[in-house]
Amino acid sequence: MEFRRQNSFEPYFARAYNQHVIKPFKLVAIVLLSITSMVLLISCQPQPGAEAAAGASATIENKGSDTIVNLALAWAEEYQTIEPDVRISVTGGGSGTGIAALINGTVDIANASRKIKSEEEQEAQANGIAPVEFVIARDAIAVIVNPDNPVNQLTLQQISDIYSGKINNWMEVGGEDRPIVRLSRETNSGTHVYFLENVLRLGQKDNHTLFSTDTLLLPSSEGITAEIRQNPNALGYDGLGYVTDDVKIVAVAPDANSPSVPPSVETVNNGEYPIARDLYMYTAGEPQGAVKVYMEWILSPAAQQIVKELGFVPLQKE
Amino acid sequence: MRARNFGELMITALIRTTGYSAIVFVTMIFIFLLREGAPALTEVKLANFMQLRWYPIEDYFGLLPLIGGSLLVTFGAALFAVPLGIASAVFIAEIAPRWAREILKPLVEVLGGLPSVMLGFIGILIIAPAIRTLLNIPTGLTAFTGALLLGGMAIPTIVSVAEDALDAVPKTYRDAALAMGATRWQTIWRVTLPAARSGVLTAVMLGVGRAIGETMTVMMVTGNAPVFPTGLSNLFKPVRTMTATIAAEMGEVANGSVHYHVLFYIGIVLFLISLIVNLAAASVVFRQRKRAERILS
Repeated sequence: MEFRRQNSFEPYFARAYNQHVIKPFKLVAIVLLSITSMVLLISCQPQPGAEAAAGASATIENKGSDTIVNLALAWAEEYQTIEPDVRISVTGGGSGTGIAALINGTVDIANASRKIKSEEEQEAQANGIAPVEFVIARDAIAVIVNPDNPVNQLTLQQISDIYSGKINNWMEVGGEDRPIVRLSRETNSGTHVYFLENVLRLGQKDNHTLFSTDTLLLPSSEGITAEIRQNPNALGYDGLGYVTDDVKIVAVAPDANSPSVPPSVETVNNGEYPIARDLYMYTAGEPQGAVKVYMEWILSPAAQQIVKELGFVPLQKE
Repeated sequence: MRARNFGELMITALIRTTGYSAIVFVTMIFIFLLREGAPALTEVKLANFMQLRWYPIEDYFGLLPLIGGSLLVTFGAALFAVPLGIASAVFIAEIAPRWAREILKPLVEVLGGLPSVMLGFIGILIIAPAIRTLLNIPTGLTAFTGALLLGGMAIPTIVSVAEDALDAVPKTYRDAALAMGATRWQTIWRVTLPAARSGVLTAVMLGVGRAIGETMTVMMVTGNAPVFPTGLSNLFKPVRTMTATIAAEMGEVANGSVHYHVLFYIGIVLFLISLIVNLAAASVVFRQRKRAERILS
């Protein structure tokens, strides 16, 4: 027996079995056990909001606009020091992504840099969720160029003509003889949609101007800043809170007869700067428990101070 | 005895399942793509697909700029990855001394494992600005930049697989050629490379396959402007590829909307393109083998 085993040509596994190293039944049992435990683990993940009503050690899921994500993170961090029992997880992905998650019931608060669309509203209703809107801050969209570009101001009409492809050289708007490279955020960005409706189409409902097809659609704010930083041909736009010191902000005039206005807290709040918008948070139904307390805190002066520090425009108390 | 048979049966079944699973997965992926993408054909008019504008949030679904963009970037990548890749493989397999070979091959394979998002960063911060100033073009975020980086990603795959194929050519072939007075170059070009042709072709297919399917790098460096390429001059202008479109827009779309179905439809087109390329390559390899068998018999 011993001899036969040593010289056997049986596959290793069968030999191992003979020597009682691994029993197949045991193997099967281990595999089955690990699969079951994995399934159990996945199904045991806490449902968002389920604990929120309990008060202590609540978790708030917060997702959406990339414009708001830094602000939401700063708020969440600050709130942690006030209410250590409430955990807030913040993710970006875009306004549409956040609202889609709210509709699917996977988040408690969706951040959006645009108003919820009527289709999204209907979809939410169909899922038994009634989104409630909160204006949480204001944001100016800054038009930015390379610091070497001599152009300091543009009218809304000029910006619209550049992005629709009617103006193709910086010379036509008082700059050097250089081609204009148009940069924009991707179409899933709330900033893109706002810019399309309020700058490219000048806020006119029956205006169907589109972006010129050779507009570069970059997937992130960082992509736009990186290109503008090194390319004197480039023109871009981004939320004021995201503009870094190594690019130049262009002052914008509402029309050819008005003075051009640089974006700032003052010019946005007094309505002089023409490209400003509200930022939103949506909750699934009237907020309850920890979410309610958090939303109230966000609208308080202490939280609005953080808005200002991050380069956004705080809400004015009326 | 019965328990032992059971064990063997289990193992055989397990191995057989893993083997067949490849077929099952490809079929399931295709069925899934069809189910999610086919509704697009009835929801969107053919004329809409054939136009030259892609702007999905206003229901412009022209696919031609995206298909053209993908083909242009892939073609550009293949243009310099294939010659460079095969040349490197020939050097490593045939010319380099043994010690150099033992350093080069693992190094090339490490290069193949670089995360694509890292290459994207290098592209945005270093290569795109350099290309803009060197070629004096309006922006460095172009199809050419994408092709350059994708080619860089395809080269390690091509080198690694092609080198294995060249290595598998029997030494007797080379000895015979050299004995008949062929130079070293003639031996490589007329004997070794043709003998390893099917393996080298597989290497090229794998490399090109990686290039056409790559997403992150192209999304970061090609500018993503949906312009239909009309000639080679478009290589130095921004383009938008199919993969970057799916990646950039899938997160936003409402489940089951027209836009959602169209994105899956793009997935089907991408799948079919890579299927055609693979079948074409397989048929070439197959024909090759049959001729070789004829000669041997």
